[in-house]
Amino acid sequence: MNRYPWWKYAILAIALVVGLLYTAPNFYGEAPAVQVSSGKATIKVDAALAQRVGEVLQQAGLAPDFVQFEGNSIKARFADTDAQIKAKDAISRALNPDPTDPGYIVALNLVSRSPAWMASIHALPMYLGLDLRGGVHFLMQVDMKSALTKKAEAISGDMRTLMRDKNIRHLGVTRDGNTVEVRFRDAESLAAARNLLADSVTEMEWTPSQDAGDFRLRGVLKPEAAFKVQEQALQQNITTLHNRVNELGTSEPVIQQQGVDRVVVQLPGVQDTARAKDIIGRTATLELRMVNESAEAQAAVTGAGPVPFGSERFLERNGQPIIVYRQVVLTGDNLTDAQPGFDGQTQEPTVNLTVDARGARIIRDVTRENVGKRMAILLFEKGKGEVVTAPVIRSELGARFQISGRMTTAEATDTALLLRAGSLAAPMEIIEERTIGPSLGADNIEKGFKSVMYGAIAIAVFMCSYYLLFGVFSTLALSFNLLLLVALLSMLQATLTLPGIAAIALTLGMAIDANVLINERVREELRRGVAPQQAIHLGYEHAWGTILDSNVTSLIAGIALLMFGSGPVRGFAVVHCLGILTSMFSAVMFSRGLVNFWYGRQKRLKSVSIGQVWRPEGGVAPAGER
Amino acid sequence: MEFFRIKRDIPFMRHVLVFNVISMITFLAAVFFLVTRGLHLSIEFTGGTVLEVEYAQAADLEKVRTSVEALGLGEVQVQNFGTSRDVLIRVPVREDVKQSEVAARVFDALCKADSGQVESRQYTTPQGEQVARSACAAAGGAEPIKLSRTEFVGPSVGSELARDGALALLFTVIGIVIYLAVRFEWKFGVAGVIANLHDVVIILGFFAFFQWEFSLAVLAAVLAVLGYSVNESVVIFDRIRETFRKYRKLTTPQVIDHAITSTMSRTVITHGSTQMMVISMMLFGGPTLHYFAVALTIGILFGIYSSIFVASGITLWLKVKREDLVKPAKDHDPNDPNAGAVV
Repeated sequence: MNRYPWWKYAILAIALVVGLLYTAPNFYGEAPAVQVSSGKATIKVDAALAQRVGEVLQQAGLAPDFVQFEGNSIKARFADTDAQIKAKDAISRALNPDPTDPGYIVALNLVSRSPAWMASIHALPMYLGLDLRGGVHFLMQVDMKSALTKKAEAISGDMRTLMRDKNIRHLGVTRDGNTVEVRFRDAESLAAARNLLADSVTEMEWTPSQDAGDFRLRGVLKPEAAFKVQEQALQQNITTLHNRVNELGTSEPVIQQQGVDRVVVQLPGVQDTARAKDIIGRTATLELRMVNESAEAQAAVTGAGPVPFGSERFLERNGQPIIVYRQVVLTGDNLTDAQPGFDGQTQEPTVNLTVDARGARIIRDVTRENVGKRMAILLFEKGKGEVVTAPVIRSELGARFQISGRMTTAEATDTALLLRAGSLAAPMEIIEERTIGPSLGADNIEKGFKSVMYGAIAIAVFMCSYYLLFGVFSTLALSFNLLLLVALLSMLQATLTLPGIAAIALTLGMAIDANVLINERVREELRRGVAPQQAIHLGYEHAWGTILDSNVTSLIAGIALLMFGSGPVRGFAVVHCLGILTSMFSAVMFSRGLVNFWYGRQKRLKSVSIGQVWRPEGGVAPAGER
Repeated sequence: MEFFRIKRDIPFMRHVLVFNVISMITFLAAVFFLVTRGLHLSIEFTGGTVLEVEYAQAADLEKVRTSVEALGLGEVQVQNFGTSRDVLIRVPVREDVKQSEVAARVFDALCKADSGQVESRQYTTPQGEQVARSACAAAGGAEPIKLSRTEFVGPSVGSELARDGALALLFTVIGIVIYLAVRFEWKFGVAGVIANLHDVVIILGFFAFFQWEFSLAVLAAVLAVLGYSVNESVVIFDRIRETFRKYRKLTTPQVIDHAITSTMSRTVITHGSTQMMVISMMLFGGPTLHYFAVALTIGILFGIYSSIFVASGITLWLKVKREDLVKPAKDHDPNDPNAGAVV
């Protein structure tokens, strides 16, 4: 009765092999590597570049273990750090002929030392969390309210244009939060505007109202449109962050959406928060507006008069005040590229800008009417605006134009970077920040590893001495559980954190429960005088229901943590839940397999090595047994 | 080896009243401390900034405190963390201070106090990874302090975490009641959850009494304990059901006594094993895992107690009957995986 059909052994064997295969990469350690990634949004990294990197290395007389194109970067692995540094220099020389304007980011990095065939079947080491490898973590909150306000502002601008085109006369468009309101003189223009806007501005819900000669049309952003705006804002911010983080040259940055309005940024290996924050925290939005150069504005500049209606006062980078119209000509959304460069004639540093089709049309219209006037490029950081530059429009401009004058090369590069990295669709604020030093990370790995190891040894020693051979089976099952768990974590590329290691330890400590239950049951059956083979069979059978129940309750708690937990708790919960699943498999099926394999063939089994089974005189059965 | 040589069922239920009174007193004490002292919540819940710095020599806490307090950031806590060279500094949230810069400002002040200058250092580790960090450089290239870790949590995140924690607890409790009600009977569901919530409150009571720091990791431990000690109740409930099936003539208290006695050995060994792992975490896991392990230890110890004495006691109060568990029609259903032994 204690025999498994061959296919059950086959399943166990496959699980063992797969477990070993996917656990193995974790033991190879890491090797020095060079990583090449794109430094500009316009430059793509592809397989052809990998080939070129390979050729460059060959010319430099370096023999990498491999050159691989993966995701959006190329990695070349080397045997030692010496070759790594030489390779880095050789690659940057070849790929970036102009070091002041690097097209590619060449960074030193670490990759797994595991053989290439393992990586090809996706047998990769576990992904270590920041608390184990060191780095910075930011949680950023996107200011959705301002994204919506911006959308409403853009719509109110469109409305004016639309109504002007159709010759609908109105008494002014006002915006309050994300609602817009237009007032009219009479019912006819209200009706005409309503028809026009309901057709062309579908993102808004239009409601007309009429109150004693006061004709109004109110537009409120539809919920689905608002949702879309928020989604796009988040996506754009993530893309922008990607571009900015690339400038940092970090090896494996993580930039992910979390929840509806949050973005997580994790930069392993970076400890310099100030610099990281400087670059990613540049929560800037870009706007192009015309400079007000009227006499009133001139007076306002010197402080002699108030700021004219419809204008705002800002400071230029050198501290000089400047008066700018409120109306936005163009936002960063329409800007597709910005590069530093030199003017062919004057040899002055310039910033070359490219805008999309819509932006080009607007720019053309605006510049045609305003040659000789100044246009300001404003950068808004946390609601505070600053004029980056306010050049004079020399001629009518198109999709490509340049800013020049009063700039050093460094300033041009800086300005271009700010413009190019794209603007954020909505400002962001850091609401959580964590930095972990590299030595602390290594320390944490060691501590976590030690906890698991010594705990497991203590359990193994106890189990083996208390349950003898059955204890050995239980210990093997426990090791199998650990193997499967690590393999599963590696396979899923789940992030391992210190709480995750704690969860591994706890899972092992709890998983032994199933084996204790089984072993106690078998002993109990033996105590009642049941034949050994029968006792094993009944022991497993009776324990199963209990094991299932108790694991389900643990799993409920685990899932609750997974659903509501964030950060460290989530890392704990993932491992905890996976561990419960693997422990059910290993503690019941694997240990039974071992027992069956050992005892199952023996027809006349006299005794089972499960430790001493003590029998009370007269039996333990209570009085009322039937 | 056989630790438990019990000849007769131990009459636990005869003393159930005493046990329940003891539980009640512990529970009320825990609630009392929770109310009067409150939990010492970590900055993950309250918001604020934490810095962990490592001094080259044993740190002078007084000096650290004065230099941080000079920044005027409010009530700053300074304490050793793990060793005498590691110092943990907690800075609360203040409306008028730009939170995301607090860590940098504190480190700057500490560095200046040790006559150093904060600078950005970029270097390559011996393994070959590029690392950039801000270091405190003093005369002669020495580094009097190193920044090991910083953490800043905005107040809004903190309150959200507290809410999520409460939700997770609620979800677990409801989930377990439903599961136990389906698998056994509602009386068991209620008994199991009351018993284990009693554990949770007692763990929290300990944290309130000793003013240990209650962090997210501790919350995870508390919830893990909730799931884990329900296991304990489940094992006993399973036995109660089985005993009801097997021994028709026993009274309910006798059935419960038998169930507890016969699972006694397993209870102690399982918890002992889990506890070995937890002790290992306490010894080797360092300060980060310390309170996590402490919470688990309290949970495990009280888990045993509450499953045996409280959960079973409550089922007795709720007047669980043979008929609740043994449905006459299903008595010999061969397809029922939970059917009693067919010996």
